[in-house]
Amino acid sequence: MAAPPLPNGLVAVVKRDCETCRTVAPVLAELAEATSLTIYSQDDPAFPDGLEVTDDRDLSVSWHHDIETVPTLIRVGANGEEARTVGWSLQQWRALTGIDRLAENLDLPEQRPGCGSMSVDPDLVDTLRARHSGSLLRSRHLDLAEAEDEFEYMHRMGWSDGLPLVPPTAERVLTMLEGTSRPPDEVIAIVPPDLIQATVEKIAISAVMAGCLPEHLPWVITAVEAVCNDEFNMHGLLATTMPVGPVIVCSGPGTARIGMNPGVNALGQGNRASLSIGRALQLLVRNLGGGRPGGVDRATHGNPGKLSFCFAEHPGPFGSLAASRADIDESTDAITVFAGEGPRCIVDQLSRSPESLAGTLAENLRAMHHHKLALAFDAILVLGPEHVRVFTEGGWDRTRIVAELEARLQLPYPDIVRGAGGIAEGIPDGLGLDTLAKFSPGGLMLAHAGGGAGLFSMLIAGWVNGASGSRPVTRAVQY
Amino acid sequence: MTSKVLLDPTSESAPAERQRIARPANLDGLTVGLLDISKPRGDVFLDRLSEHLERRGATVRRYRKPTFAKPAPVDLRHEIAGQCHVVIEALAD
Repeated sequence: MAAPPLPNGLVAVVKRDCETCRTVAPVLAELAEATSLTIYSQDDPAFPDGLEVTDDRDLSVSWHHDIETVPTLIRVGANGEEARTVGWSLQQWRALTGIDRLAENLDLPEQRPGCGSMSVDPDLVDTLRARHSGSLLRSRHLDLAEAEDEFEYMHRMGWSDGLPLVPPTAERVLTMLEGTSRPPDEVIAIVPPDLIQATVEKIAISAVMAGCLPEHLPWVITAVEAVCNDEFNMHGLLATTMPVGPVIVCSGPGTARIGMNPGVNALGQGNRASLSIGRALQLLVRNLGGGRPGGVDRATHGNPGKLSFCFAEHPGPFGSLAASRADIDESTDAITVFAGEGPRCIVDQLSRSPESLAGTLAENLRAMHHHKLALAFDAILVLGPEHVRVFTEGGWDRTRIVAELEARLQLPYPDIVRGAGGIAEGIPDGLGLDTLAKFSPGGLMLAHAGGGAGLFSMLIAGWVNGASGSRPVTRAVQY
Repeated sequence: MTSKVLLDPTSESAPAERQRIARPANLDGLTVGLLDISKPRGDVFLDRLSEHLERRGATVRRYRKPTFAKPAPVDLRHEIAGQCHVVIEALAD
């Protein structure tokens, strides 16, 4: 919406509920006599008494002309605003008006600070932004009847993942957009399965509905970019019958700034940032991309993580997962997206040597999806801090841990062929191999999260990897 | 802050208005709304319809748009949808 132009001459913006404005009322009366003065009143068009006043109770003039303090006195010439002064200062008002003897017969202090403009009142600013910047938004506006329950409406429209949503009003979406420097109409990705352009605005709508705060939005945008490409293959992930969804692993100092929790219950409930970021991504795929259970989403069972699966890593002795996979340093906020199922616990409370603990982890990893299947699936092993301590005290770093696990996960080929052990499932016979690796190179990834007590790690098993499935994608967060 | 205007999170490829439900086989025990769009003599037509419908056992409720020149207000549509099974709109001049 274009700013309403200010008339030539002097312009004063005031409100009755400001002592300084009331103090300068006689000065405004003097100026109205002497020159061309337009007065805008924010709260009462009858103030100042006896003067001609323009009603700015909708604050449109104040909003568009960035009035932060009242009184503000502005000099407007042929080319627009020439000068402004805020609050009351005899010297500055004389300088701005060019009237040397202004207020000489009034008993006024030399100066007095002004009051906050109503257009920057925190209780009003969201509404004003929506009213005056609403035209930035391109999404269809849906009018609800006054008697209609907006929460039930959103369920009825099929927008919900089963849980209540925050109504995406223009006010909330515009506030959400304050979280990024990217313009609302910038296209971030093409969202499957319907291949729809995701603008920053549509992502912000999803973020509002998911319960995000504006500071979460850059993480959501980055996650959308990371999953909507051939590499990650969000379409395939959606369509598969396996119980997988996008798992978002976050790292960098920004995780703490937005209140993410890498500690106690790191993969569980109770953290707004993690849950709402993961949920916003899934809501976007559902509502913009059109990917819904029973439609393109053909999961046999699904898993609760398909509501939201996002967590933060501890900054730790091994560095972050993101830094291990991409040219990203530890001070950079980053995410890795992984096509994963729900996490499961690996218990080892007795191992105090890295060799013993690696043995436990390898045995559990061997059974992932099926103990006779190899190479087809990646995994993220989320090491708990107490397991990390066992490794670091033994002098093992990330590379060593992965190498030791891989060495223990060379599966004897005769044991895993189809039919071996009386089990039909397995690897095709006749390949002439001695062993087969459980994981392809790079397919076993480590992350570090969880509370300080508990000798446990968590296994997040993946979907089909490589070119025929999904590859993990790591991206720096774009603010 | 009003929540009564929402921004569409979808691809906007489907109409925003909800679709009509299937036509019922008969009107036994149903509530029929008669919407007068405020055209002259529309009420005469609807009065006759009302008599016929009530004779057939339907419950009739009457509604009126403020002006025929504009779509029915969203609140009126919501009221009819909440109170009636079927609606008949009078287009007569």
